[in-house]
Amino acid sequence: MLLKTRKSYDLKESDVTDERLFQRRHLLKSGIYGGGALAATSFMPLAAWANIREFAGQIGSAQQTMSVDEELTPWEDVTTYNNFYELGTGKEDPSENASALRTDPWAVTVEGECNKPGKLNLEDILSAHEFEERIYLLRCVEAWSMVIPWIGFPLADLLKRFEPNSKAKYVAFETIYKRSRPLPGQRRQVLEWPYREGLRMDEAMNPLAFMAVGVYGKPLPNQNGAPLRLVVPWKYGFKSIKSIVKIRFTEAQPETSWNMSAANEYGFYSNVNPNVDHPRWSQARERRIGEFFKRDTLMFNGYEEEVAHLYAGMDLQKNY
Amino acid sequence: MRAVSALRWNPRPQTIRWRIKPSAHILSLIPFVYLVYSIFTDNLGANPVEALTEETGIWALRFLLLTLAITPVRKLLGWTWLTQLRRMIGLYAFFYALLHFLVYIVFDQGLSLAYTYEDIVERPFITVGFAALCILLALALTSTNGWRRRLRAGWNRLHRFVYLVGVLVLLHFIWLTRADYLEPAIYTSIFIILMIPRAIGYGKKSLSLLAGQSTSSLKE
Repeated sequence: MLLKTRKSYDLKESDVTDERLFQRRHLLKSGIYGGGALAATSFMPLAAWANIREFAGQIGSAQQTMSVDEELTPWEDVTTYNNFYELGTGKEDPSENASALRTDPWAVTVEGECNKPGKLNLEDILSAHEFEERIYLLRCVEAWSMVIPWIGFPLADLLKRFEPNSKAKYVAFETIYKRSRPLPGQRRQVLEWPYREGLRMDEAMNPLAFMAVGVYGKPLPNQNGAPLRLVVPWKYGFKSIKSIVKIRFTEAQPETSWNMSAANEYGFYSNVNPNVDHPRWSQARERRIGEFFKRDTLMFNGYEEEVAHLYAGMDLQKNY
Repeated sequence: MRAVSALRWNPRPQTIRWRIKPSAHILSLIPFVYLVYSIFTDNLGANPVEALTEETGIWALRFLLLTLAITPVRKLLGWTWLTQLRRMIGLYAFFYALLHFLVYIVFDQGLSLAYTYEDIVERPFITVGFAALCILLALALTSTNGWRRRLRAGWNRLHRFVYLVGVLVLLHFIWLTRADYLEPAIYTSIFIILMIPRAIGYGKKSLSLLAGQSTSSLKE
């Protein structure tokens, strides 16, 4: 995998970036509301940025620490082609219904096998971390993929703050779900709400596991899982849970929404694996958004070097 | 039932040939024209191949259901002229199904025979979809007057396979759905409703009364 990790003394991306991309980055990084010019042509209602606005400046000036040698998926595609069933099951529904998601105020409850559980508001969670930009590949189980420049911080750094104890073998996550005020897609039980996901502790502590708060130098649009979402690039996209409100350290393997929906199709691990087909379609190839023909899918989505050791000795056909 | 019998409308052959049929052609081609237009104006979203596959597929299904609706509506309203449109609507169903298949083998399979064969054999939802297409091809090829004359009674038996096509297509749709079964459920319900008259033999007596005819002058 051609994962490039940047050291502080490295040349900036702008030195070698395509001219147009550099101009855009430059525009975004200049000023707290540098993204404002683009906001007019974007699909996000500004109201949803309310309390994340304070972090917009920090997001805009994040330094890039990881990238891949692939063309970025355009902003318009990243923000209008989404699987976020809480906002509708069509690909364009989440961006169209984005305003239904209220991200201010936002609190995350941390509980379970840890010494410092609690309920933190967004500011308390984010202010302790320095943001970095990471360009990751994202591979959906539906066999399409994107290249996305996320802004955020390592999941490990967040979890360490709560001091998980020795009984914490897994970490579980939950997406927002208010029975009194369900999001448009939550009015039907297409999935069992709230959306649930989980990782094994060593997966969660892997350097690649990322908590994203922004994309393309701007705070996350609602349709991308604002204000806080997980990105686990070596697994199918549905494991990168969006709009997180709960984190729980558990001893037993937690239930995950897609596994609850179809256990024979969506396993707990769901590592990207071209050798293990989905029961109903092949996973050997994928369509990169923006391209017309399919390309070969890579083991662990190209991140084999960084994560294969987590699964040494495991039968990946059984533990799909 | 006065109002229903007032709906009984039998246009002249010229009207059918020069007004109704051309209009039906134009209407049937609107989805196709819109898709081509969308391609050139880049209006198909982030995954145009997926959008094209879905749109051609759903229109094929819609035309199939329209084809199946012709006889029940004809019997209900006494519009015998509708039968003259059935071949055209059926062929449009095949047209969109063929486009659907072409998008799939060109873009999903890169025209690879090996990948296509693997999919047809190993993915049940593609197996039934391909089977449906094969039957539709047979129906399309034998849709001409020449074939109708040649096969005579056999032609009717052959073309009743369109009901099997309906079942296969709905299975194709259901089996590719991940979690949201609303759309497949709606189309399945419509298909079932259209099949009920066939199952109960059209309840000839009651329907002909509806159409304002007396039972003694009952005609098929």
